[in-house]
Amino acid sequence: MTVAVRVIPCLDVDAGRVVKGVNFENLRDAGDPVALAAAYDAAGADELTFLDVSASSGDRATMYDVVARTAEQVFIPLTVGGGVRTPEDVDRLLRAGADKVGINTAAISRPEVISEIAERFGNQVLVLSADVASGRDTDSGWEVTTHGGQKRSTGLDAVEWCARAAELGAGEILLNSIDSDGMKQGFDLKLIAAVRAAVDIPLIASGGAGKAADFPPAVAAGADAVLAASIFHFGDVSIGEVKQELKNAGHPVR
Amino acid sequence: MSKPSVALFDYGSGNLRSAFRALERAGAEVELTSDLDAARRADGLFVPGVGAFAACMAGVVKHGLDTVIRERVAADAPVLGVCVGAQVLFTEGVEHGIETEGVGVFEGRVELLAAQRVPHMGWNTVAVDEGMRLFAGIDPEERFYFVHSYAAKATPPGALAAVCTHDEPFIAAVERGSAAATQFHPEKSGDAGYALLSNWIKDLAA
Repeated sequence: MTVAVRVIPCLDVDAGRVVKGVNFENLRDAGDPVALAAAYDAAGADELTFLDVSASSGDRATMYDVVARTAEQVFIPLTVGGGVRTPEDVDRLLRAGADKVGINTAAISRPEVISEIAERFGNQVLVLSADVASGRDTDSGWEVTTHGGQKRSTGLDAVEWCARAAELGAGEILLNSIDSDGMKQGFDLKLIAAVRAAVDIPLIASGGAGKAADFPPAVAAGADAVLAASIFHFGDVSIGEVKQELKNAGHPVR
Repeated sequence: MSKPSVALFDYGSGNLRSAFRALERAGAEVELTSDLDAARRADGLFVPGVGAFAACMAGVVKHGLDTVIRERVAADAPVLGVCVGAQVLFTEGVEHGIETEGVGVFEGRVELLAAQRVPHMGWNTVAVDEGMRLFAGIDPEERFYFVHSYAAKATPPGALAAVCTHDEPFIAAVERGSAAATQFHPEKSGDAGYALLSNWIKDLAA
């Protein structure tokens, strides 16, 4: 009786549509987030993450509708991140049907927002999303960056930041390696191990998976869950293949 | 035959949309309500809850739901609590050293999980007492979705329980008479959760 390693596909959503390309067979409309969420549920995904990449407030309003429609049809947990700044944003997403909410830039600019959200909704709703790059002038050698791929510097030591977020009340950490992201050379195992050593809350590893065999080492390094986007979307690897690989390596899966 | 009615009680807690649809899908006529008469009248009362025990219990008391839950259980009318909605059915909850009185349907104390990794988050298996109606026909290997830091640790007298282990054993589900509770989220537990909710709803019709 051990909690299963969660395998989580992540979908980028803009103006109510999945962007950055998803290529699913047997789906007439591969851009519909609700249809894709249902397809991933059927494929055995343990959770889903929507990343709201909307630039405009009108598009953000559309996101609530997407979340609502997904929650009505897909009966696995749904995390929504992107553009979350205040407890009110969290409230709206939870009411729309999200189970957890990811926060990133807003927590860096104002860490107290982590406590405010945790106190009001419980720490289990809050996923601290950290985009981490190496080679910076920090004690651990890893730095938290903002604005995704643009690697905008914050001066924050990534390992210390994750530990602080956990203390402030984050329920989980989504650890995204900017260095590994898109390289398909495997997860950043040293980063996972370093953050694992610093926090006791669940840790989701993200960035770098290229094949099913890349997943078990991330779990061995200390991840409780694994997240990937394009390799699932383009069918390079299926959820089932990742679970089989994890199972073969002795990790419990659903 | 008409569908069994379920009152999904809204006292200001979390994501109710999934619970609403999951109950509907499992065969119930669902009413989302904050009305006590609706909660009295329905064939089944569903008590949701996320967040802190004390905050949830305050919401329950503020709406007068604690009284209706006790009335229903005394009258053998079905009640199902989920997650913190399950926890508040116990005698008391302890968070950060502060004790909060619960509804008191199940004897016991809800406490912090003594586990290395807290919150306990994800899909886990449970060991089910023989004869539990909630789990009738469900494969013992099935996993359910948990997300919580606190739990009851002991089976209340005369109750049947499903026990999950996350470093230490705790009560994943419990039933006695018309009162039932699950620490996990059946509405988020895919097909296994659907089967459990269907069992509960089938019982309402009986």
